[in-house]
Amino acid sequence: MRVRKQTSNEREVKNVNVIEANDLTKRFGKLVAVDHVSFSIEEGEIFGFLGPNGAGKTTTINMLITILKPTEGKASVLGFDITKQDNNVRNVIGVVPQEYTADEDLTGLENVLLCADLYGIPRDVAKERAMDLLKFVELTDFKDKKVQTYSGGMRRRLELACGLINRPKVLFLDEPTLGLDVQTRAATWDYIRKLKKEFGMTLFMTTHYLEEADALCDRVAIIDHGKIIVIGSPGELKHNLGGDLITLTIKENDDVSGLIQKVEHVKEVRKEDGAYRVKAEFGEITTPFIIEALRKKGYTVTRLSLTEPTLNEVYLEYTGRSIRDAEESRESFAAQRMMRRRPR
Amino acid sequence: MSETNGNSKSKLHGLWALTNRELKKWYKEPVLFFLSMIQPILWMGLLGKSMNIGALIPTNIPGIDSKTIMEQTFGTSDYFSFMAVGMIGMTALFTTMFSGMSIVWDRRLGFLNKVLSTPVSRAVIIFSKILSAALRSMFQAGIIIIIAVAFGLQFGANFNPLNILGIFAIMFLLCVGLSSLFIALTLRSTRMETPMAIMNLINLPMMFASNAFYPAKLMPDWLQTVVNVNPLSYTNDAVRQLLIVNTVDYAQLALDFTYVGIFAAIVATIGIVLSWRYLTK
Repeated sequence: MRVRKQTSNEREVKNVNVIEANDLTKRFGKLVAVDHVSFSIEEGEIFGFLGPNGAGKTTTINMLITILKPTEGKASVLGFDITKQDNNVRNVIGVVPQEYTADEDLTGLENVLLCADLYGIPRDVAKERAMDLLKFVELTDFKDKKVQTYSGGMRRRLELACGLINRPKVLFLDEPTLGLDVQTRAATWDYIRKLKKEFGMTLFMTTHYLEEADALCDRVAIIDHGKIIVIGSPGELKHNLGGDLITLTIKENDDVSGLIQKVEHVKEVRKEDGAYRVKAEFGEITTPFIIEALRKKGYTVTRLSLTEPTLNEVYLEYTGRSIRDAEESRESFAAQRMMRRRPR
Repeated sequence: MSETNGNSKSKLHGLWALTNRELKKWYKEPVLFFLSMIQPILWMGLLGKSMNIGALIPTNIPGIDSKTIMEQTFGTSDYFSFMAVGMIGMTALFTTMFSGMSIVWDRRLGFLNKVLSTPVSRAVIIFSKILSAALRSMFQAGIIIIIAVAFGLQFGANFNPLNILGIFAIMFLLCVGLSSLFIALTLRSTRMETPMAIMNLINLPMMFASNAFYPAKLMPDWLQTVVNVNPLSYTNDAVRQLLIVNTVDYAQLALDFTYVGIFAAIVATIGIVLSWRYLTK
């Protein structure tokens, strides 16, 4: 008994969870936007909330960054309670919101300095940090240009610079690449990776881009209708789906299904239109063994392809919703955004 | 983080940063500023000059002195001067109305959420809106006085340049009150239309049910009651006493300041209390 207690204490000291949420719930009238969500995020982790629009991602983030009060449940950021110690939370977090919040009429530098002022950072320190951050997001050349003239990618980078001005220990990113083109998105991913690598920052991000969650996140929580359906690393989630798909054809006309089935890690073999569709774990390792087994019996493999399951399939499996549905709602959302960003 | 200490200093820091953000938008766009000034100047220049009320009083009947009658009614023999002061109040009304709208904008653009996620106090967020509206109105009041003088405003017999400070002081109080009122109305709004409609509903009656264009004592009794509640009336009266009236009524002036001061204190308190409750949903 005593020994046990010690080990659990030790664990507490070692694995300090940066974010801890227990049964976090938010209701808006009758609508349950977030429904008893629990998760914990470790230091230095990139944690992703993946789900279609209206799943409750932004509501969860808004509760964690203390701008929404949970109806039920508890959460803490770096040990600070999000409702009772909200100001402590605000001091240690950085936020990169979904919207472009930078002031159009001000220059890039002025915007970053404004953010610094909100944290009460003295001017001289703020200037130095602002210049460093603008250099980090490669906006030094544009720092004195009005934000009006910035492209979408530049605005996103400026938001990132603003979110980092107080040297946060945790950074919250809400849909960091929404509405960006492919190149800009890749560039944004690089910045996010750099934050983790160079500063050991813990990142909490929401996204509905599967490839984004796959490329960036150490762990992903799939959320739908306000509930977390599954949490795991992208690899784990894909693995749970039942492995890779190997498609091959052989020169000979014999049925070799039985032969392939005997190879280790092969789960299922089907013959369709003269090709064998093999479901197997550890596809990269299993494939050479299959080829070897066939060659030993004198068969020649003529064509072969290996497909790993994507988060795509995982997403579908768990949410029961195809990505096209989510994409469609995204489009209407983009239209809404256009409306919102009418000129003043 | 080292940012947590020096709390009161950082509060002022945030207040000034947010206020300056509002002001910057305005002084960096001189065109916008001049456009916003055109309306009061038109009202003052065209309506004030066209309503030549002094001319209504016949001058050829013995025993009737137009100047005395005008002074008894308006406190000055020149209607234009009377009306110009009313315009200062009107400008304050419109400028503060926009401070209410700007919080809706900030909400829609996501800026409000961003600020709410920083350690800036909620009261500071609201107070920066109030302060920027007040500073803008005071500046505009100054411009209107200068233009009115160019148009022929007649100073009162006891006018002293120091009175201008008094004018700014009461304008400040009025604007703090009015912008708190408008902000309280828009605090939870996510759409522009609703607050806009409410404000238009409030603005014109507030302007006409005041002594901006005409002295209250000549109005019907029921209207006088309304006018006597309206803080705008007290502000107009104070500015007139300080600027154009020949015989200053000090008791009334003291009442004006007290009334507007209490109005500002009450509404600002309500605004800040509401902001604590409603900015974080």
